[in-house]
Order: sequence, then structure tokens, then C-alpha cells
Amino acid sequence: MAHFEKANSLNEWLDQRIGLNTLKRVLNTEYWIPKDINFLWAMGMVLAATFGLLVISGIFLLMYYKPDTNLAFDSVNYTIMSEVGYGWLWRHIHGIGASLVFLIIYIHMFTGIYYGSYKRGRELIWLSGMGLFVAFSAEAFSGYMLPWGQMSYWAGMVITNLFSGGSLEAYGLVEWIRGDYVPGDAFLTRFFMLHVFLIPLVIIGLIVLHFGSLRLPHVNNQEGADIDFEEAADLWKSGKRKESKVIPFSPVFLSKDVFVMGVYFILFFYLVFYHFNFAMDPVNFDPADGLKTPAHIYPEWYFLWSYEILRPFSKDVGLIAFGIAQAALFFLPFIDRSPNVAPAHKRGLFQIWFWALVVIMIALTALGKLPPTDPLFAALGLIFAVAFLLMGPLLFVITLFEKKIEKGA
Amino acid sequence: MANEQKERRDFMGMALGATALVGIGGGLGYAAKRTWDPLPSVKAAGFTTIDLSVAKPNELIVEKWRGKPIFILKKTAEMEAHDRDVVIGADRYHMSIGLCTHLGCIPAYKKDSQTFFCACHGGVFDVSGINEPGLPPPSPLEIPPFKIVGTTLLLGEAGPEYKKMLDAGLTV
Repeated sequence: MAHFEKANSLNEWLDQRIGLNTLKRVLNTEYWIPKDINFLWAMGMVLAATFGLLVISGIFLLMYYKPDTNLAFDSVNYTIMSEVGYGWLWRHIHGIGASLVFLIIYIHMFTGIYYGSYKRGRELIWLSGMGLFVAFSAEAFSGYMLPWGQMSYWAGMVITNLFSGGSLEAYGLVEWIRGDYVPGDAFLTRFFMLHVFLIPLVIIGLIVLHFGSLRLPHVNNQEGADIDFEEAADLWKSGKRKESKVIPFSPVFLSKDVFVMGVYFILFFYLVFYHFNFAMDPVNFDPADGLKTPAHIYPEWYFLWSYEILRPFSKDVGLIAFGIAQAALFFLPFIDRSPNVAPAHKRGLFQIWFWALVVIMIALTALGKLPPTDPLFAALGLIFAVAFLLMGPLLFVITLFEKKIEKGA
Repeated sequence: MANEQKERRDFMGMALGATALVGIGGGLGYAAKRTWDPLPSVKAAGFTTIDLSVAKPNELIVEKWRGKPIFILKKTAEMEAHDRDVVIGADRYHMSIGLCTHLGCIPAYKKDSQTFFCACHGGVFDVSGINEPGLPPPSPLEIPPFKIVGTTLLLGEAGPEYKKMLDAGLTV
């Protein structure tokens, strides 16, 4: 065994046994963050904090929720909402948190796209981030089943039907996923398991990978500048903090993060206390009924864009388009052929491409919420869905011809 | 010599890994798959009897079979006959699973236009359950396995009339 001396403090005692000081140095005090960043760089920690709130509120909901088709609806809408002390608070934090986590994920994603933070050396950050997006989507969907209202049931019906693969007619697979001919008790309990255990476990693993894949390439900066981190770190450590291009993650960058989080949580709790209905669909306050479809089925706002890609096509084409749309963003680092790590406003056509993508996704989101019966909206949906699918090949072409930006010293 | 030993160890490591993968993947994988299968009690509860004598022309009756809605529409004399109809004596009935073949919403029956309309993505079916072309639903409303017993239908069991429809490709 290694030789141990008597420790003079708890810190020293821990340092001898698990290398506490090394951990602190690698993860905090000597994890260097460029100075040239803005508030958008705080979204990662905002997401981590929101995930923390989702876990905490989820733990309290878990104590009274009953995953049984006869009991689930009342355990949420009666027991938790009106009997459990402050049960409403956990539910509203959980609902608002689930909605806002997607808002911040989208901002975080588009920040990464705008500044080219997925380029060579940072591919794994993008891929693990997209993995997190998929895992959070699965988490949101499985959680949406749990109150067992009309929207839970019919969203479960529609989404599991996607697995029949259109003309493949794989109804056996659909029944296997449900454990029944229609969403029933087996379906509810298995999605409960996924929601409270398996998917959160995957999410936590992916968060560790996401943070880990960030440590060596470091976070990007507003100009996409190649920073000599060792040189900049030496400047900081020798006291020339003003001249150095970097700051340590903790405590300097973190204090900036905490400020942004403060602003964010004002919005968050404003919604929790005064506008909690924004994350609660009124249709889901009717108990699940397999013999009555709601007049208009639509997902929560954060899935509308991909739902709208499914809608305007025939069944098989719609499924293929939907599949491509779900997977396409994963390939971004490999579709973008430009060597430039630079903000979009310095990349010519790429800037137009970026804002076109934002506009298309917002348009698809708006159209996804509208009833499908209006021919004008149906036509617009088709146009924007096709436009979305063309954005991938278009990115490949325009970045292939993008001029290399010569960076000044 | 040392190199040879390393190669031997690598080989044994890979052999162990492959065996474990086949064992765990095959054994536990199969057990996991079976655990997610519908339970025998769920499958056994898959039979329903429906009395057709109470149906009135152009009035939709919705029954339940395997948790799914079943449409029964007694056809009026004016409505076009179809090989998909269930015929009992002089009466013709349209009987199908009331789930849109697009993504499984329940279409509503419009008495006036005599069509089934799905609000989810705008699909339309006629009184024989045939989908209107050019809309999202790719195929007609499905007919569940049925057996005619007097004036009642036993759902879940395939009778000769159902088998005839199946062979003719009128349902899946």
C-alpha cells in the first residue's frame, strides 16, 4: 500500500485518498474558459441547473404518483394537486422545467451552430449533445404519458403507431412496445420505468460524456479564435490577469453563469407561479378514453416542428421525411465542409443558411399547432417541410465553396 | 516470447468477450424481449360479441374490442354495397376497427356527408371504410377477424366471411 502521513485537515485527508486537489484543479480552478464569450455561453450550466430542478421535483412527485391506469389520473390531478402539501409546486416546477429545458436546449444548439462550435476537434461535443437532445425527447414523451389524460393516451397511440413503419405494417412490433393491443396498463408502467429510471440514467451518462468531451478542445469563443491555452493560463497564473485571454471555470466563469441563472430563474418561477398553464394542455385534464379522440391532436410546442414534417406527406414518405429530420442534425459536423471556425456573420452564405434554418423551424413549429384541414396551411406545411429537408444538401454545397478566412495574428 | 504471451492473452480476452456477448445478449436479450410481450391475460381477453339487430340505418355504433373502437354502421338502401360489407339476411353492415390507418386516431362519422372524417391529419373514409385518395391515410379502415353467429358477431375469431375478405385482399 502507498505510504500515508497523518493529515492536518479534512481537505488534506481527502486529497491523500482521492486526489481532491488534482480534481479541483482539472475540473475547476485550471479549467480555462476564454474571456471572449457572451451570455449564450451560460446556457450549459442553465441546462444543468434545470435538469437538477427536474430531478428534485420529480423525486417529490414520485412519492404520490401511481403508475396504474385506474389510479394515475387521480393521483396527479387530485392527490398531488390538492391533497399533498405543496404538491402543486412540484408539479408546476416539473411541467415548466420540462418545457423550458427544451427552450434552452434549442438556444444552446443554435448558439453552437452560429459560432461553429461543432467543428474539427469538437465533433464529440456536438454528437453527445444531440444524444442528450434525443434522450430528453424520450424523457419528455414518456413523462407526458404519466398523468394518463386524453393527450397522454392519444399521443402514446400516435407515436407508438409510428413504429409500424407505414407500409411495413409491423403491428407486432407496435403491440410489443405497448405490451397490449392499445396503450394500457403494461404500457403505462413500462413508460413509468423508462421515465423515472432508465432514461434519466442515460441522460446523466451523456451529460458526463458531454462535459468530458469539452475538456480537451475547450469551449469555443465569439470569434472562433485559436487560443494557446497554456500560454494564456500561464499569464493568468503569473498574475497578469488582464493580459490573459482566459479565466478559470471556477470561481470566475461560474460567477458569470450564476448571474445568468439568476435572471433565468426569475422567468422560470414567474411561469411556475403565475403562468403554469402554459405547460399544461387543457385536453389532458380529461381522463384517457380509448373510444374518443380529441378533436385535434398535437404535441407539446418543442416537438411541433418535427410533427409538421410528418404531416403534409403520404404515410410512407412522411415517415421517411420524419426519420431524416430526426437524424439529420447529428451529421452537422460532417455536412459542413468549411474549414472556418467562425461566427456565422463572418461566413458569407452560411449566415443566410443559418437564419433560413431558424425561420424554417419557427414556421414549422407554428404550422404544426394549426389544424390540418385548412388547404393554405397544409400547402405552407409542405413547402417548409421540403425546405427543411433541402437544408442539409444546401449546407454541404455552400460550405464546400466557402472561402477560408485568414485569421489576423 | 513476451509478445507471444500477449497475443495469447488477447485471444483469450476476445474469446471470453465473445462468449459473454452471445450468452448475455442471447439469454438476457430474449428474456427481456419476452418480458415486454403482451401478457397471456391480455391476449385471452381478446374476444367480444356484438349484437347487430339493434343497429339503425346511417347511425354509427361504437363498440370496444381489444381496447380498440369498433365501428358498426347499418347501411341504408341508397348506400353503395361493397364486398367489405357484413351481410346478414337483407341487411348490410359496415364493420371495421375505428382507427385511422394513418396514425391511429378515431375518425368521426358525419351523418350528412356520410363519411368518416379524421381530425388529426384530415383523412376521409366513405361508408365502406375506403380511404379517399390523396389524403394521408394509405389504406381502408381495417376489418377485425369476425364470425357471424345468428344476428351477432364474434370478434377475435376468423369466420368464413372474414377469410373470404382476407383472401380477396379487402383487409389486412
